[in-house]
Amino acid sequence: MAQEIRPVEQQTPATTEAGQRMPPRPVFLPPADIYETKESIVVLAEMPGVPSEGVDISLERRVLTIRGRSAANEHGGYQRVYNEYADGDYERVFTLSENIDRDRIEATLKDGVLQLVLPKAEAAKARRIELKAS
Amino acid sequence: MALSEFPRLGFDPFVELRRMQSEMNRLFSGYSATAARDFPPINIWLGENSVVVTAELPGVTRDDVNLSLQEDVLTLAGKREPKSQEQNVSWQRRERAYGSFSRAVQLPFRVDPDKVQARFNNGILEIELQRLEADRPKKIEIRAA
Repeated sequence: MAQEIRPVEQQTPATTEAGQRMPPRPVFLPPADIYETKESIVVLAEMPGVPSEGVDISLERRVLTIRGRSAANEHGGYQRVYNEYADGDYERVFTLSENIDRDRIEATLKDGVLQLVLPKAEAAKARRIELKAS
Repeated sequence: MALSEFPRLGFDPFVELRRMQSEMNRLFSGYSATAARDFPPINIWLGENSVVVTAELPGVTRDDVNLSLQEDVLTLAGKREPKSQEQNVSWQRRERAYGSFSRAVQLPFRVDPDKVQARFNNGILEIELQRLEADRPKKIEIRAA
């Protein structure tokens, strides 16, 4: 029940809070697995290189935004000779179609994978409707 | 009706084919080349007498990776299993890849197999290899004649 609304492939990040211009870094769209159980929606997003303090998650109404800032991957005295992936940031926005119990959202980061468990609000859970005998 | 190349027929028999083609192009344009990339993507850093190979392996643990070294070829192999899921889940999105992977990397020189260091950090595997002592370049003195 999560739908992506804004794919961000590459963009230049804006200024930081301090107002300084950051050197432009690529922004990647992290690949994600999303599944839904009766109780919750689970999002697994791949963000290799992002330390736990670099993760920023926000939920505004039904718009869930995941951001990750990867740590600088510099090797002093070494020269990069072959490149298949670039260091950069991760950003992805989803819209949720159901109400989420904000107080019970759990986020964990393990081995470069962010796991978000979004429990559905009581009102959004499916209810069984009994037929009354006439 | 779309502009016809067959004015005498009054209709264009290929209009549907062209529509399908553009529809297909539109459908597949969203798939980037990332799916066809070698897994895992690696970067190589070269020092004076050592080389560092880094690989993006999110969701892979230390026990899932096998590293082996033969002469100057480093092989990264392993598998990524989906976490045991609860039953009765409905998938909204499955973009992450699972399964076995194996990748051989040709290093720029022969390395000492006893001096390899590998560590995992936030889903990035970093392997540091030292150049073999016997393989290092030697400085040759030129004698005055």
